[in-house]
Amino acid sequence: MTIRDRFLEGINGGWQVIDAAKLVADRALEADVAIVGSGAGGGIAAEILSRAGLKVVLIEEGPLKTSSDFKMLEADAYPQLYQESAARKTKDKAINILQGRTVGGSTTVNWTSCFRTPTTTLAHWQREFGLKDLTAENLSPWFDAVDRRLNIRYWDLSPNANNDALRQAGRALGIPVASMRRNVKDCWNLGYCGVGCPTNAKQSMLVTTIPAALAAGAILVYHLRAERLVLANGRAEALDCTAMTPAGIHPAAYRVKVRAKHFVLAGGAIGTPGLLLRSDAPDPHKLLGKRTFLHPTTVAAALMPHAINGYAGAPQTIYSDQFLDNVPVSGPIGFKLEVPPMHPVLFGTTLQGFGEVHKNLMSEFANTHALLALLRDGFHPDSPGGSVQLRDDGTPVLDYPITDFVWQGVKRSWLVMAEMQFAAGAKRVYIVHEQCNGYATMDEARAGIETLPLKNQLARVVSAHVMGGCGMAADEKRGVTDTWGRYRQLDNVTVCDGSLFPTSIGANPQQSIYGLAARNASRLAEELTRQPAPALA
Amino acid sequence: MRELLDSRFRGNDGLDSRFRGNDGLDSRFRTPGVLPQGSFAGPSGRGNDEPMITRRQFIKTGLIGGAALTAVGLFYSRGLKEAPVAAVSPGLTLENRPIIAAIVPAILAGALPESGEARSKAIAQTVDGVGIAIAGLSAASQKELAELFTLLSVAPARMLLAGVWPRWEEATPAEVAAFLQGWRMSRLELLRSAYAALHDLVLGAWYGNPDTWDAIGYPGPPEML
Repeated sequence: MTIRDRFLEGINGGWQVIDAAKLVADRALEADVAIVGSGAGGGIAAEILSRAGLKVVLIEEGPLKTSSDFKMLEADAYPQLYQESAARKTKDKAINILQGRTVGGSTTVNWTSCFRTPTTTLAHWQREFGLKDLTAENLSPWFDAVDRRLNIRYWDLSPNANNDALRQAGRALGIPVASMRRNVKDCWNLGYCGVGCPTNAKQSMLVTTIPAALAAGAILVYHLRAERLVLANGRAEALDCTAMTPAGIHPAAYRVKVRAKHFVLAGGAIGTPGLLLRSDAPDPHKLLGKRTFLHPTTVAAALMPHAINGYAGAPQTIYSDQFLDNVPVSGPIGFKLEVPPMHPVLFGTTLQGFGEVHKNLMSEFANTHALLALLRDGFHPDSPGGSVQLRDDGTPVLDYPITDFVWQGVKRSWLVMAEMQFAAGAKRVYIVHEQCNGYATMDEARAGIETLPLKNQLARVVSAHVMGGCGMAADEKRGVTDTWGRYRQLDNVTVCDGSLFPTSIGANPQQSIYGLAARNASRLAEELTRQPAPALA
Repeated sequence: MRELLDSRFRGNDGLDSRFRGNDGLDSRFRTPGVLPQGSFAGPSGRGNDEPMITRRQFIKTGLIGGAALTAVGLFYSRGLKEAPVAAVSPGLTLENRPIIAAIVPAILAGALPESGEARSKAIAQTVDGVGIAIAGLSAASQKELAELFTLLSVAPARMLLAGVWPRWEEATPAEVAAFLQGWRMSRLELLRSAYAALHDLVLGAWYGNPDTWDAIGYPGPPEML
């Protein structure tokens, strides 16, 4: 069965798509709205603004890869589709960050897990940041619209064995687990969401909002890096961009200048603060790029008595909020429990050790189950997150020191994961830490975990969710943006991505970005056109 | 390497207590032979009883060491003119290729074919894979790795920082494994992160190769009919 590549069909049918790596001269573009970044925020904004009749230019630093390119191979996907070859790291190299860099952004490579912004998170934002508009009630029509647009619904097939182990653990210990909602349509249940969906079942921006925007006349330019906004009189006049070479790592010779009435920044929570810092955006309270959060994530692997084959089947379908819902939001750090897809490179590079030891663990790959704990950072004074800084070459890097407060949560999460894995029948549990050689019983695990040093690199900490850095607040002393995403110091600049969040979300953030982007882009469309905004298709 | 050093020292823990004394790297260059293996975050992995220098002194030593290493590098480069030109492939250089080729068999001990042509082919493929992975990293990461490999390609640094006395081409997998283990468990965050980079590069290149999947029971992606 051949999968139709509707993106390539659209290009053949006349969509305006430019590969900046193929430019042979400098170029200038004019638009009503220039959108930087084509992920969750940029994709939603592109559809709404284009369908409102505005001329939109959508800029993406990464490549254009579509279903015909997605061969379910990690060796191809990581260099092509991820920031820094899926090896993006915090400044001290303690946390590896998975973040997309391709048309569709992280939505092209995420694991399709959908959650509305938790009410505890919204209540905290109201209390601490004065975000009184952002109630569950006010946001719910936007989440409903996104549910319809991206076919977000409960996954009704059986979970794969890797997810089922989490379900069984919950049942055995009396810990509530629940099914996830996913943004898929006619999903084949293959399990390769993280390397680009080969069947176009995943309702990423690549197959939904970006095609809608292009059909409405938007221009997509990829392999184009947004270097800096040209600022004057409290406004952005233009955006200076640099074409990238085809591999997308080094800048090429040519420049593109984009003039627009309005600029929407959606380059993700490292990219957007980076662009504003390079642009010397006014930041009177020194908040720009600060309070960047990661959901620092710990990993436990378990050798199970039966096959898990965690590479097959929808990667994330079961979760538990037991350790979020039953702790005070601003107390010791809580965590969400999920499982990761198991693929050889992702797992082999995450797993500790080398040589015979590593080889022996890998030889049990098919029988290995893994759990993740995503720590809810940003709700406590001792969890201030990180800050985005610029390297000498102008590229952004996130400085995120892991505080002792976070380390204590790391340790608690190891104990919980070990207990759950033994409850699910694990023969042996391996906390992903260089000094863990595996535990055969919970007693052994308790004693062993007590001795594991809480230190960078020894303990593996990863992240797939970057949030904050251009935080919203009711006043300029607490955030650089307002609840509509408007950058307070620049009249025609709107931030429209996960960098708006004043804390982490406490759940996979894609739907929080979609919902807020839909709300804010609709308002922007109305301001710019003085007409009611179009609904999402 | 200087940048690499600086970045690692931010927010580091437990360094100061570990390093005392004042014998900097430069002094070791004059008498490398007297240093016991493993004394500088070396291959023993003990990590708790090493002597050495304070954090401030280490940074300073890093700078002095950098200058000293440059001089050594210039000295060596004369010899390189006669060396065969390395095959040009992505991410690989005269400096990093022999180091990667020495590290691959240590990290993949037990996973590589035991001997013969199959083994040398698998090693060569993995070295190429590491090169491709390096070429796909950000410019900033490529620069840091180049600094690491430059450092390791110079004999005194190889001996003192890695504890590997023979040339990389002659180092046994056991000697290289001891070096990796020392860095892996080092109390110096810089060395741990360098180990982590080597770990990820080699294992990523290995398990990205479909030839390795049978051994771990991974059938590969499903056929799209």
